Amino acid sequence: MTSETTTEPAAPTRRERRKAGRSHARDVVYSVVGVIGEVLITLGVLLFAFLLWQLWWTDVVGNRVQAEIVAELPFEPVPTATPSAGAPAGPVIAPPRRDEPPPVMAEPAHGTTFATIQVPRWAGEPERPISQGTDRATVLDVLGAGHYEGTAMPGDVGNFAVAGHRTTYAKPFNRVEELQVGDPLVIRTTDNIWYVYRVTSTQVVPPSAIDVIAPVPGDPGAVPTERFITLTTCHPMFSARERFIVHGVLDYWAPTSDGIPAELVGGA
Amino acid sequence: MYGWLWHRLPGPAAVRALILTLAALAVLAACFLWLFPAIAPFMPFNETTVGE
Repeated sequence: MTSETTTEPAAPTRRERRKAGRSHARDVVYSVVGVIGEVLITLGVLLFAFLLWQLWWTDVVGNRVQAEIVAELPFEPVPTATPSAGAPAGPVIAPPRRDEPPPVMAEPAHGTTFATIQVPRWAGEPERPISQGTDRATVLDVLGAGHYEGTAMPGDVGNFAVAGHRTTYAKPFNRVEELQVGDPLVIRTTDNIWYVYRVTSTQVVPPSAIDVIAPVPGDPGAVPTERFITLTTCHPMFSARERFIVHGVLDYWAPTSDGIPAELVGGA
Repeated sequence: MYGWLWHRLPGPAAVRALILTLAALAVLAACFLWLFPAIAPFMPFNETTVGE
């Protein structure tokens, strides 16, 4: 301590003023750094919240909304056998129809849900809606799987092409990699027809490979004679680098008033 | 920032903590309802279609 500090109430010396000014400047720097730090921590927490929203909450909302959409579709009830008929109660198996070309519905308006897909290989997955269009804002993020506009409708000659999320937004095509050749893909339209397709191949392609949804998959110029189905989704998961593609071909069709496809009966 | 907020809130510490918790939940809810859905289309994943 110098003698200067004891001579109160003397005015602060120049050195003290300078010292006070310096410590004031230090306070300002510290509080600015503190605010920046708090902002960064806050952004980190918000980023984590975004991940939580994207990876979990969109599934919660999507599953609920898509289940509601399916429940509200104007399906006619599928007949079930009565126990009094001699046979035990249970589903009636629809006889496969291959005798004549299946009925084909016209393409509906954008955003209209016109069909569902059920995949027995994905045991535990619910019946998922298919709606017209493949843009994310109006179809894929809110309605589930989407039908590529301009491609064939279910059962038609050509390629019935459908896109769906593999992760997030209820991830309807999450388990696409489990599919094996011969697995049934069961489509049910609001015209009350079952279309049972069988997987013929799977492949991974770059996002630009538009020919996978051509009327003859992989051959854009060809005139189709067969009834194909194609599913597209992202690959690898959580990436937009490539697309996972599933091709299939129609096995048979049946009106829903005839019963339920044997493929959908548990244990069949 | 949060220190400044803390000193300007009324009441005892428990009340202040409660207010801050409610405010944080409100911010989170707003993010889930409006902010995140608005920025999600700009994220570089989730593309499932071919073409374009």
